[in-house]
Amino acid sequence: MSALRTAAGGRIDRTQRLTFTFDGRRYQGFAGDTLASALLANGVHLMGRSFKYHRPRGVLGAGAEEPNALVTVNRDIARHTPNLRATQVELYDGLVAESQHRWPSLTFDVGAINNLLSPFLPAGFYNKTFMWPRSAWHKVWEPPIRAAAGLGVAPTLPDPDRYAQQFAHCDVLVVGAGPAGLAAALAAATAGARVILCDEQAEMGGSLLSERDATIDGQPAAAWADATLARLAAMKRVRLLPRTTAFGYFPHNNIGLSERITEHLAQPSPSAPRERMWQVRAHEVVIATGAIERPLLFPGNDLPGVMLASAARTYLNRYGVRVGTRAVIAAGSDSAFAAAVDLAAAGIQIAAIADVRAPNAVDGPGLAAARAAGLPIRSSATVLAATGKLRIAAVKLGSVASNGNVSPTETLACDVLLMSGGFTPSVHLHSQSRGKLAFNEELGAFVPAATAERSRSVGSCRGINGLAASLEDGAVAGAAAATATGHAATAPRFVASALDAGIDGVPGALPQLAAAIPPAKAFVDFQNDVTTRDLALARREGFESIEHIKRYTTTGMATDQGKTSGLNALGFVAAESDRRIGEVGLTTYRMPYTPVTFGAFAGFARGDQFDPVRKTPSHDWTVARGGVFEDVGMWKRTRFFPLGREDMHAAVDRECLGVRNSVGMFDASTLGKIEVVGKDAAEFLNRFYVNNWSSLAPGRSRYGILLRDDGFVYDDGVIGRLAADRFHVTTTTGGAARVFGMMEDYIQTEWTDLSVWITSTTEQWSVVAVQGPRARDVLTKLVTGIDLSPTALPHMAIAHGEICGIPLMLFRVSFSGELGFEVNVPADYGTLVWEAIHDAGQEFGITPYGTEAMHVLRAEKGYIIVGQDTDGTMTPDDAAVAWAIGKTKPDFIGKRGLERPALKAAGRKQLVGLQTVDPKVVLEEGAQVVVTANQPVPYVMIGYVTSSYHSAALGRSIALAAVADGRARMGEILYVAMPGGDIPVKIVSPVFYDPQGARINV
Amino acid sequence: MSKLKRHPPHIDRRDWLAPLPAATRFSFRGSSEAAAAASRALGVELSQVACRAHVAGERAALWLGPDEQLLIGAESEAATLRDSLTVALGDIPHSLVDISHRQVAFVVHGAHAEWLLQSGCPLDLELSHFPVGMCTRTVFLKAEIVLWRTAPDTFRLEVWRSFAEYVTSLLAEAAIELSA
Repeated sequence: MSALRTAAGGRIDRTQRLTFTFDGRRYQGFAGDTLASALLANGVHLMGRSFKYHRPRGVLGAGAEEPNALVTVNRDIARHTPNLRATQVELYDGLVAESQHRWPSLTFDVGAINNLLSPFLPAGFYNKTFMWPRSAWHKVWEPPIRAAAGLGVAPTLPDPDRYAQQFAHCDVLVVGAGPAGLAAALAAATAGARVILCDEQAEMGGSLLSERDATIDGQPAAAWADATLARLAAMKRVRLLPRTTAFGYFPHNNIGLSERITEHLAQPSPSAPRERMWQVRAHEVVIATGAIERPLLFPGNDLPGVMLASAARTYLNRYGVRVGTRAVIAAGSDSAFAAAVDLAAAGIQIAAIADVRAPNAVDGPGLAAARAAGLPIRSSATVLAATGKLRIAAVKLGSVASNGNVSPTETLACDVLLMSGGFTPSVHLHSQSRGKLAFNEELGAFVPAATAERSRSVGSCRGINGLAASLEDGAVAGAAAATATGHAATAPRFVASALDAGIDGVPGALPQLAAAIPPAKAFVDFQNDVTTRDLALARREGFESIEHIKRYTTTGMATDQGKTSGLNALGFVAAESDRRIGEVGLTTYRMPYTPVTFGAFAGFARGDQFDPVRKTPSHDWTVARGGVFEDVGMWKRTRFFPLGREDMHAAVDRECLGVRNSVGMFDASTLGKIEVVGKDAAEFLNRFYVNNWSSLAPGRSRYGILLRDDGFVYDDGVIGRLAADRFHVTTTTGGAARVFGMMEDYIQTEWTDLSVWITSTTEQWSVVAVQGPRARDVLTKLVTGIDLSPTALPHMAIAHGEICGIPLMLFRVSFSGELGFEVNVPADYGTLVWEAIHDAGQEFGITPYGTEAMHVLRAEKGYIIVGQDTDGTMTPDDAAVAWAIGKTKPDFIGKRGLERPALKAAGRKQLVGLQTVDPKVVLEEGAQVVVTANQPVPYVMIGYVTSSYHSAALGRSIALAAVADGRARMGEILYVAMPGGDIPVKIVSPVFYDPQGARINV
Repeated sequence: MSKLKRHPPHIDRRDWLAPLPAATRFSFRGSSEAAAAASRALGVELSQVACRAHVAGERAALWLGPDEQLLIGAESEAATLRDSLTVALGDIPHSLVDISHRQVAFVVHGAHAEWLLQSGCPLDLELSHFPVGMCTRTVFLKAEIVLWRTAPDTFRLEVWRSFAEYVTSLLAEAAIELSA
């Protein structure tokens, strides 16, 4: 294998050789590699092109912070995942990866012309340049800009994988399995607390896996991590979740975790979900998310081969990869020494450690180790530029005098330049939880201050420096968290040693030559291609607030979320505006921490399992007969039953005439049903509905109207009194749940004086509406124990008996205008009774009908449908149902609302009928009603069509409409405005068919 | 009547799921005085402790709210139960509503029962937090359910009939990875 791979050591398995391709070229790596480490082992640094300027980019980091090496992994045509960080893509045999955002190839990219044009592409360029004409943006400017910018391409096929979801609870959730997180989990778990420990990486251990000489309790750090994880794994109440990112901190310690289950496998099991979304409710949260090393700002800091010192150390110690052969190390913190010592020991030539700090400002074991290794150290040294084409070739160094003046010193050839600008604590989760952040001057970074949730930040994510201190910090917090959940814990103690990174750092730009104006590009935000020049321009254009600068330049936006760019942008802006960083402030950290797939959010909610599909007892019967369904809420209701090649229009005409001329049957099971029971049941309904219920005799029913407080119609339905203290309330199909909730609300909070209870019985009863002049004839064949004659069972009467030997609650009601019954039976018998009625009706030519015919039949009678003919702003009077109001009642919901002057004023829209002058024209529902045709735009609109159908019974079109002062306009000719020409209509009564109601009372 | 064909919602039996036979169910609501009278008629002491189910033979009473219990008995007991409850309750204010057909019951059992239910139920179902005998009205994703732990690895679910297919199919979806 490659000379860049070390002979031994690290976490890779050298016995498992894997083959993969990147941009069509075959390479080899080992199990345990990431795509990034495997490419680096093959000498490949160039992994992508930048977002805006198409600059060649190499890998910068080794983890979630990676802004450059964004790749597409192409498992197959439907599993084609763009914008993955190569640092997080685990290698598997046969992996196919492609670079993005380059054409025709990564090494020769036509789009790189943008880099030459970059003086003309400053921050805000698109906003300023493509403003005019406004209409041109979508068609002329946006498409090519989108094509030239942007990242990977999303797949177009449906995702074939499954995504799981899981709720979980724990005493202590520990986020991050580095030294502090492991110590916290151990402390909490040994006390008996239920612990979930999650970590975004394939292997838990965090920074411990990147250490060479560090020890804990006498063991090498990685061995200690292994042993600790084994201890934790053996505990019954501990759940370890590797490859799991805590991406969002939601209220009340609800944490979103995204677990990647099969992404790393060459041959995923078809039974395994690809990812799992965990919703964890934790009593206590320990945030141990670590810190991310910062790049340094100097011209050319984005060249392939320029990377973070800690990342180079990770590649060496964890993956056994030398990132180059000759390194220059730009130091702003002691992390540079640790990297230099390890790299030198691995045979990488260290050309220089260019330490920007003054000689008297640096001391400690890191410096001592570097000196002992004989490494060349330059103090007060700055990087003036990195040069090279597709890879760094040389570094120009300068010297910083005590007065701040910079002078050039030397140019060093190298193939990697490592940056250690200090560490930025990853405070994302703490910030998402609404915790406060405070700027720590000594650390030069924002660290968690007051918490808003039951959470504790531990280790380097709160600025703790060093291995021993992080272990102790984690252990103390883990013990405290467990104790807070009732599991008294003491913090374990550890003895640890390591070459620590220290607390130094360089926020903002490295010192540059005074003459270097305009400076060449020094990138602050690699992912969004934001340079120091862009930030300076934003300042010159008057942006002061960091929030405005962020939006204007896009620094730290999108998936970067300031991981590598945040503090550098603040430091640069602070220096430019002579403010301290703490005064500049901080932008908000938004979730997710790293991108989360749509699949993980959707979970099981796909296709038929997106929502419950509620089916009625006639469902299978209808399917077998080719019935057509429509969705009403979650219900599947039969819309119509086509015979042969009938279209909907023909089927509905036939179904309507079947009901009018003989008899039809309709599945009304979906209507909401609520049983109201108690000695105050009638009084409760008196207060709840507008009608008078005291006067309703047992065995009788009445049409009820429900208002909201504001006096507008909310729901309606027939309510039957089964006994003095028992009512059977029906609601609209869609309104069942909200009416039930509103009743329970009033019973529990407003009218606690009433002795009344409610029970939902929607699904207890199956309901078949049998409607038409022969309805009685059909039921007579099946019903026993009930006298169906008009005198014994008049319109709106209720009786109990049996049908087919099944207990029957029979309502004589009509929503069709014909003689009608509603057959209520216990739901398990619904299918049997539906089929029995259908059989018994054959001699009368019984017609099963659907919701569409039901709508036509009721519209012919002027019966409203709440939510279709009302829109939440109609009073009972507007809807022509004011007759239902109990005039003598002292109160009911909405009574005072109805007294508002606006609700009694003239000019309100009232429900009327419309007849088109041309009877063949069927109006469009929602179309506007106007007084005169061909008005100048905008028309003066005085109403709108609410319902419109062809009526087979009347041989013409009919419509209902809400029209201003409609009832005073009877007989007037108005117009319905349509694009193809205004349609003349006559205002008529909304009752089109049998206005005397003779057909019901038979 | 018992010979007549019932059509309950279809529920597939699986290694970890067993449909339960038809049952008599009442929604009972009333004061503690009414609960005491109902306890005598039912032969099951209605729990005064929140979210606890009490059982005697085939009869059970599940606490669902301060004034609400779900009473369950054998299918054949519908008339007997109604009559004895009505007599025992007399004039004591209460509500007794037959909901035998409103919902269906099935059992989720086995080593993975808790895991399967946690795929859609946000409550903490660990045995120490949701012990045997605990019951509650809760949700399984977008469906309301009544969940009752009858043994350490056994839960009874009561689901409104038109939601049964949704709940069982999602449980089956969650179970796919366990078959590997």
